[in-house]
Amino acid sequence: MSDFSAIDTGKEAGAGDFVQLLKPRVMSLVVFTAFVGLLVAPVPVHPFVAFTAILFIALGGGASGALNMWYDADIDRIMRRTQNRPVPAGRISEGEALGFGLALSLLSCLMLGLAANWFAGAFLAFTIFFYVVIYTMWLKRSTPQNIVIGGAAGAFPPMIGWAVATGGVSLESVLMFALIFMWTPPHFWALALFMKDDYSKAGVPMLTVTHGRPATRKHILVYTLALAPFALALGFTSIGGPVYLAISVALNLWFIKGAVGIFRRDETQAEADKYKAEKAFFAFSLAYLFLHFGALLIEKSLAAFGMGGW
Amino acid sequence: MAIQVEHELHRRRLGRNMALGLALGAFVLLVFVLTIVKVSRQDEHGNPPGMASTMEQGQ
Repeated sequence: MSDFSAIDTGKEAGAGDFVQLLKPRVMSLVVFTAFVGLLVAPVPVHPFVAFTAILFIALGGGASGALNMWYDADIDRIMRRTQNRPVPAGRISEGEALGFGLALSLLSCLMLGLAANWFAGAFLAFTIFFYVVIYTMWLKRSTPQNIVIGGAAGAFPPMIGWAVATGGVSLESVLMFALIFMWTPPHFWALALFMKDDYSKAGVPMLTVTHGRPATRKHILVYTLALAPFALALGFTSIGGPVYLAISVALNLWFIKGAVGIFRRDETQAEADKYKAEKAFFAFSLAYLFLHFGALLIEKSLAAFGMGGW
Repeated sequence: MAIQVEHELHRRRLGRNMALGLALGAFVLLVFVLTIVKVSRQDEHGNPPGMASTMEQGQ
């Protein structure tokens, strides 16, 4: 009997469902920032070791995504945007997601330790722990500042990349962390303004729900202003340079202009033009981060020709 | 519903098994190449690059 019902549901997972469990879109950001962190570090890394390191950093990030989907299945079932994820849709059981996430976490940390160094491996383990335990299990459901805390987990990859090359931490890698860390709240709160997810129904305290939308607009502006000094400071370190600084100044001015625009609007205006400014700000925030790290790469490649840097 | 030899479910299982097989094969290849890279870059004392000078100072 159970055989028949198993076939009837037609819900058995395909390989793609396990890929979806790794949150591939988040992974692309992890890969890019970790890659830049590794490449701009002053110590050269063998290309294959670098490839292996990035691969397992990405896999570790994916593993934490799977663990997040295991723990958050109850929330994901309620919110429309996440209902079709493999666990809430019933294609992968919660136990399978947990096992998959744990096994991949262990594998990726071990392999990163073996391929690069144990500091980088331990750092990856800490990042997974931070995202899954500190953020997902603890703070996501208890504080409206959850986005800020979650941003830290997403900000570690360039530091891990840097640790792969140097075996440690330095001012440059901390500033790369700060750049993503301070960037995440305005980025996500802009999304929260126009996505209007059913967070309150799922019991997740989102700033837009707990403190209201005007307060969220104010928070976006404050964080955007606070982000600029960190982004600019990176330009004065050993991995920055005039090209980075010029790009960063332009990006920050434009970002602040967008945040001021969002701060000055109210919901009626936003409803009237279907959240045009919020959507534009969100789209630009992606370019903002991508171009900052791209500028670091430019400085590094210029250095090969005796230019770039200070 | 007639009993089919090939059900949609079997296709998914095959896909999953192929993906796992490929992943394992890729992993084996990766560890192999990584070993070659690491071993061939050691100096005559078995130290990784950059470690030789510090080791000699210590001795």
